[in-house]
Amino acid sequence: MRISEHPILKFKRGKEIKFSYEGRELSGHEGETIAAALHAAGVKVLSRSAVLHRPRGFFCAIGTCSSCLMVVDSVPNVRVCITKLREGMVVAEQLGRGSLA
Amino acid sequence: MDDTLRRTGVPDKDAVQAVYPTKDRLERGAVAILECFQNIPCNPCATCCPRRAIKAFLDINDPPVIDWEKCNGCAICVANCPGLAIFVVDENYSPTEALIKLPYEFVPLPTVGSLVQAINRAGEVVGTARVVRVQNPPNFDRTAVVHIAVARELAREVRFFALGGVGA
Amino acid sequence: MKTVDICVIGGGPAGLNAALAAAQGGASVLLLDDADYLGGQLVKQTHMFFGSEKQQAGTRGIDIASTLVQAVQSIPAIDVWLETTALGLYDDSVLTVEQQGRYRKVKAKRFIVATGASEKMLAFKGNDLPGVYGAGAVQTLMNVFGVRPGQRVLMVGAGNIGLIVSYQLLQAGVKVEAIVEGSPQIGGYLVHASKIRRAGVPILTSHTILEAYGENAVEGAVICELNRAWQIIPNTARRLAVDVICLAVGLSPLSDLLWQADCRMLYTSELGGHVAWRDENLRTSQPHIYIAGDVAGIEEASSAMVEGAVAGYAAAKDIGLAPMDVEQRLLVALEQLKELRSGPVGEKIRLGIAEVQSVRGDIDGRHT
Repeated sequence: MRISEHPILKFKRGKEIKFSYEGRELSGHEGETIAAALHAAGVKVLSRSAVLHRPRGFFCAIGTCSSCLMVVDSVPNVRVCITKLREGMVVAEQLGRGSLA
Repeated sequence: MDDTLRRTGVPDKDAVQAVYPTKDRLERGAVAILECFQNIPCNPCATCCPRRAIKAFLDINDPPVIDWEKCNGCAICVANCPGLAIFVVDENYSPTEALIKLPYEFVPLPTVGSLVQAINRAGEVVGTARVVRVQNPPNFDRTAVVHIAVARELAREVRFFALGGVGA
Repeated sequence: MKTVDICVIGGGPAGLNAALAAAQGGASVLLLDDADYLGGQLVKQTHMFFGSEKQQAGTRGIDIASTLVQAVQSIPAIDVWLETTALGLYDDSVLTVEQQGRYRKVKAKRFIVATGASEKMLAFKGNDLPGVYGAGAVQTLMNVFGVRPGQRVLMVGAGNIGLIVSYQLLQAGVKVEAIVEGSPQIGGYLVHASKIRRAGVPILTSHTILEAYGENAVEGAVICELNRAWQIIPNTARRLAVDVICLAVGLSPLSDLLWQADCRMLYTSELGGHVAWRDENLRTSQPHIYIAGDVAGIEEASSAMVEGAVAGYAAAKDIGLAPMDVEQRLLVALEQLKELRSGPVGEKIRLGIAEVQSVRGDIDGRHT
């Protein structure tokens, strides 16, 4: 899903870094958001709604709509669309509102 | 203004005719045709023309006005129009062909000599074209100008092309 | 507490120009943005801009962004705080912010709120499925991160954003199956529409989306035709196999700070929703607060840039900083704004602004 050749832009991707998603090892690039890295890896479902468990992905990509909340390194409600990926992050689907306990 | 254009994005024959050069001028060689039908605040065509063939705007919302006698079809305006709305047509290119210079911002760029599908304003394939030249200098800032040769009778119709799939 | 003459909230086209103008006007400036980069929506705009050479017409948005950002960074009088979210703006001319987990305060003589706008949502069955994205989000994925949002897109909305993003999708190697637009006319610049029609993308006016379907993500959409009264025409529904539904159905000003700061707010559909009352120099009913850009009314990047300049010069002049030519620069900027808006496509904005300025902005008249 990554663009290699583009008529206007040259993509300078940062160094490749590894992270864990739902127990799988994925890789992304330094400088990317978690959502972008997941999307490039084909992951579109980021969380599930609280009552009906409907799949949710991102929508606005600027941190204002609350559709992309995931559990990152055990911290819930992380807006992955604006949070940068770091080496070794552990990212998991969030069910509903997440637990602060 | 042309209702078809507002509804579909494709200008009708009358709208195109209204901006088209005379038959006499077309027969004398390459000339720019400004297919700009809406009054929007925009004037780079006038400021970039090295021959001042496109007149300076009094009000930037005015439609562009071109002096076809001053225009030599160099296509600098083709690369500079933010709306990609300018085309150079040379109906004198050969006894059977016209040359169309059009803006192109996709990859890959076509190779010179290749055959491509000739496409009209509505995105329909209307014939085949031969790529004659690809201009992509740094000062065109990534808007390449591709020169394609088409059958003369298609000169007023062809405004785009697609790689491959030729022969259908 | 950080003390400064003028604090600009938002580092997009309006905010960047506001900071530059304010500094030219002799002010010490603090420019804030909640992202970790400056440029706002400009950094995703790969197309050539319109307007005149004064607004860098013919230059790509991304390059205009670099030019403005470099200019800001080269001026010592402008401090930049990134990853800084404005929290509250108070009567004692103090702004509270959160910066990377720290709570800080800024005292400024004047504030320029240039917070931009956010995407509107459309109600239809299945609209919460992964794969339904705002147009800005699609641009971010493609143009900032170089990631394709999917393979086959349905674009909803034929305003400038819908048309431009459709073109950018084609440039990224993604197929656009169709654009649906509820109105019988294309709302954006017709040259944008023409270039995607040439590229084979159908623009279906008087059409809308009824449903998005798919198990875990979008697998298709149901679209249908509308009559002139925007009602669904029976038996016109059909399915399109798409994996992305891109919503470009308008923007709403991000006015939260202005509400919180007790500015007089008005609902004006021509300007995109609730906007602050402002005078011709973009000062709100709160004398220490100015606005600029999409937060003042949904318009274009070129106007946003000029509005930023107006607010920056006006705020500097208002403080009483007196470099000789700030008055002159303000007048020139106001003239440019008028010129940009004087044509037919500026009519809506002119009406909206006239409507706002037809009411009094006195603080006593607020809370209607």
